[in-house]
Amino acid sequence: MYIEVKNASKKYKQGGKDIVVLDNVSLDVEKGEFVCLLGPSGCGKSTLLNVLAGFEKLEGGSVAIGGVAVAEPSPKRITIFQNYGLLPWRSVLKNVLLGLEPQKLDQAEKVRIAQKYIDLVGLTGLEKQHPRRLSGGQQQRVSIARGLAVNPEVIFMDEPFGALDAITRMKLQDDILKISREEKKTIVFVTHDIEEAVFLADRIVVMMANPGRIKSIVKVPLGDRRDRTGEDFLYVRDKIFELFNLKADSYIEYYI
Amino acid sequence: MLKKLRPVKNCVVSVALLILVWQILFQASRYDAALFPSPKMAFFALIEMIKSGELLRHLQTSMTRFAAGYLTAVLTAVVLGLVLGRLPKLFQYVNPAVQLLRPISPTAWMPFIVLLFGIGDVPAIVIIFIAAFFPVLLSTVAAVGNIDPIYLKISKNYGIAQPALTWKVIFPAAFPQIANGIHLALGTAWIFLVAGEMVGAQSGLGYAIIDARNNIRADVLLATILVIGVIGILLDGLLRLIEKQVLKSWGGED
Repeated sequence: MYIEVKNASKKYKQGGKDIVVLDNVSLDVEKGEFVCLLGPSGCGKSTLLNVLAGFEKLEGGSVAIGGVAVAEPSPKRITIFQNYGLLPWRSVLKNVLLGLEPQKLDQAEKVRIAQKYIDLVGLTGLEKQHPRRLSGGQQQRVSIARGLAVNPEVIFMDEPFGALDAITRMKLQDDILKISREEKKTIVFVTHDIEEAVFLADRIVVMMANPGRIKSIVKVPLGDRRDRTGEDFLYVRDKIFELFNLKADSYIEYYI
Repeated sequence: MLKKLRPVKNCVVSVALLILVWQILFQASRYDAALFPSPKMAFFALIEMIKSGELLRHLQTSMTRFAAGYLTAVLTAVVLGLVLGRLPKLFQYVNPAVQLLRPISPTAWMPFIVLLFGIGDVPAIVIIFIAAFFPVLLSTVAAVGNIDPIYLKISKNYGIAQPALTWKVIFPAAFPQIANGIHLALGTAWIFLVAGEMVGAQSGLGYAIIDARNNIRADVLLATILVIGVIGILLDGLLRLIEKQVLKSWGGED
């Protein structure tokens, strides 16, 4: 397996009590796979992502990517954050160039690569703009272009569309689905939006809180072109709703 | 157009009021006119100083000292602040010493500095340095500590290592808050320039005040004080302009 998580455990202390965010979590991800970590807040999905990306350490268990234990962040594994993480004093082009700057390439080559990915995410013509002049959706596109420009093996996305309005979010979902299929990247995508997960993932890892754990892993047999109103889409979505006990017959209040 | 002129109008009215109060005080006071001159007398003294070239000479000396003291203070304080801001454990040991030195008025150092360096340019420059150094240092350390952690996360992710991390990410991210300290220090430094020159120099605007007192020329004295005030305002305006320009390229704050 490409990404291997074995018996990952981690707890936080909060008000004198131990909160178990990851309770013996094991997960395998194949190369080129698009996996969504789905669950309510507190289920450990973001923590798991941060561990995979090398920003946080486990207390027990292990995480390896491509056979090597993850010790720290690396440009081979780029994380896209919900609040974009753009440098506001740099233009769009210079933000996308950021990851290329440590590399030993001609400046002209760097600019060419940056421009390619700016074009890919549909921001052609906005290269000289500063992030503050852009909408939230455009800013997230910049950060995606910046990530793709360094040609990472894995992309981690931590609720990347969480701060965007519904329409913009769907547009970005369309684009990220297309890009992921074309660029053939391994993507681990954290979300609490069930439809987002069904629309994007090859597999959905359904997680639960207290303690943070994997409840089940659902394969999404929907192919590369997905229709949010199609019957198979709704069928998969219903299955996930059931897993969260959200079907109408039970009518339990969302307890998170 | 009228809106743009309003600050100018406010300014004119304010200065006119100041002169009016001065004139009333002059007429009401029973002091000798040589000791408490009228606005008109101070104005003529100013003209006299300009014509003789004395004002320009003092101004040049003072500005050179000011630039030397202020710029070296800002530079060293920012560099030191960037380092200490990234080493909070070390700063814990430095901070108490800084807090001890900071509240000491720079003029208190004056006799000591004169003993060490004699009379001349150096004491004034050192005083300005001390006055400007601490506000810039402390605001830089605080600014570096307040950087949004996501910038550091991103830098780590993209493999941005030192020294690029400091000048590509940390300094620009902290700059708006550092600029605050630099601005604050300008006013303080200007105040202490005069103090420094009154004691430790034989030229400059501060010395001009002492010289006017020694010659019992209260009109020259007041004219010099006015010049000091005006230059202070101009320096502040100049810095504001530079700051605005930098922040504009920094991210479109306008």
